[in-house]
Amino acid sequence: MARMKFLCDADRCIECNACVTACKNEHDVPWGINRRRVVTINDGKPGERSVSMACMHCTDAPCAAVCPVNCFYTTADAVVLHSKDLCIGCGYCFYACPFGAPQYPRVGNFGSRGKMDKCTYCAGGPEADLTQAEYVKYGANRLAEGKLPICAEMCSTKALLAGDGKIIAEIYKERVTRRGYGSGAWGWKTAYKETVAI
Amino acid sequence: MKMAINALRALTFALALAVLGQAAPVAAQQAPNPTAQSVKEEQLLNALRGGDAVAGRITIPDRTAASLIQPEGKSFRDFHQGSLWLIGGVSILGMLALLVAFYGTRGRITIDAGFSGRTVTRFGGFERFVHWLTAGCFVILALSGLNLTFGKALVAPVFGDAAFAALAGWGKIAHNYLSFPFMLGVALMFLVWVKDNIPSKLDVEWLKAGGGILKKGQHPPAPRFNAGQKAIFWIVIIGGVAMSISGWYLLFPFESGHTVGDQQFWLNVHAVVAMIFIAVMLAHAYIGSVGMEGAFDAMGSGEVDENWAKEHHSLWLAKEKQRAGATPPNAVPAE
Repeated sequence: MARMKFLCDADRCIECNACVTACKNEHDVPWGINRRRVVTINDGKPGERSVSMACMHCTDAPCAAVCPVNCFYTTADAVVLHSKDLCIGCGYCFYACPFGAPQYPRVGNFGSRGKMDKCTYCAGGPEADLTQAEYVKYGANRLAEGKLPICAEMCSTKALLAGDGKIIAEIYKERVTRRGYGSGAWGWKTAYKETVAI
Repeated sequence: MKMAINALRALTFALALAVLGQAAPVAAQQAPNPTAQSVKEEQLLNALRGGDAVAGRITIPDRTAASLIQPEGKSFRDFHQGSLWLIGGVSILGMLALLVAFYGTRGRITIDAGFSGRTVTRFGGFERFVHWLTAGCFVILALSGLNLTFGKALVAPVFGDAAFAALAGWGKIAHNYLSFPFMLGVALMFLVWVKDNIPSKLDVEWLKAGGGILKKGQHPPAPRFNAGQKAIFWIVIIGGVAMSISGWYLLFPFESGHTVGDQQFWLNVHAVVAMIFIAVMLAHAYIGSVGMEGAFDAMGSGEVDENWAKEHHSLWLAKEKQRAGATPPNAVPAE
């Protein structure tokens, strides 16, 4: 089984936000929630870089560790998913997540955050694959169709890579060697406790 | 005219020189390296050690999403899954062990002179209402709160994840809504009882005498509330205010305008104060029920036995009697 990861090559990202838009469209993501976002660091200064960030599907995920109702699970492809049936909307995963991935629709008054929503790596949820129930809660299940996440698939500069960690690390390494520079595999140290050695 | 042309030539020459002078180093730098000046992840992770999040500019409306990586998540996890368990376990199990040990050695504190059969009003209807309003909310808030921390280890294996999640969901709703009557209860408690809970010199003597509960037959004089009860009062007020402030921020996560770091901080405050609060309230509930004969009546019917009052609140009883005149209202004729 593969160990699915995301890798954003910040030297290629042009901050077009197409990944954000494609994700929202693919999964019918509710208003106010962005499963993926592009953050521009040192904006307008020399060395400005943009990074597309979403749930990184961490090894030993902090969200799963702090969840009071055990709603998280890790698939055989190492994708971190959650059950919206179990989620009570307490917000703990949001506190623990280093990447700000868990978000909540504002459905009610005081503290009623509604069910948590986050990037599913286009892998749906605990419901049976490719069912309407799964689509309504979690969005499309592209992995079950043998496709990779839409954000990476349609990235115009191929800055955002998705797939088996070893393969995308190899691709990134090759790029860095060929062009002679690279600002690092963003979030890898935090999410996977390792980085791409060049 | 000629002079003007000469001047122009000179100027052009000077400009050309200047441009060439500028251009020379650029030409020397052959392969441009765009990362030479760029932020690398390593640098930003180093910057994170200061406790700041890596933040940038974002084009989506969610302002907080501009934070790329927040380092506090790890410390929150460590605290929530480690220290908090230790603090909660030690304070609550420790208190239970203390109470069992106390019951084992001292036993139930009885009324030395036995029940007199005559009673005196200790708490009126409104006072008891305020007490039970706060206490009732507290019990449910405490149980639903403890469930969020310990439930997945203690309760979930018994009921299964689905039933447990439903229970925790209802617990969360109860926790959110009962917080309001609880806050009201704490505020009313403060207004009703603060005048009897100002610390005085008498409290020191009461404490020196071991409160009269450590040794049988020893009863230091006490007014309406003794030092122990005053301590409980102030713990409830201070603890209640701390729980209310921290809880308020957690109830209104979007409106309080807090960063994720602030929310983590207030959740940690809420949890630690709660653990200690629960431990103290266990002791309070013990001494007010099984731990002492005649004590529950004070908050039950509101009428306590005169001998109980004489032993535990002699000064208060004297005052009450004085106020009611020579004969207490509930006096039973002697013959």
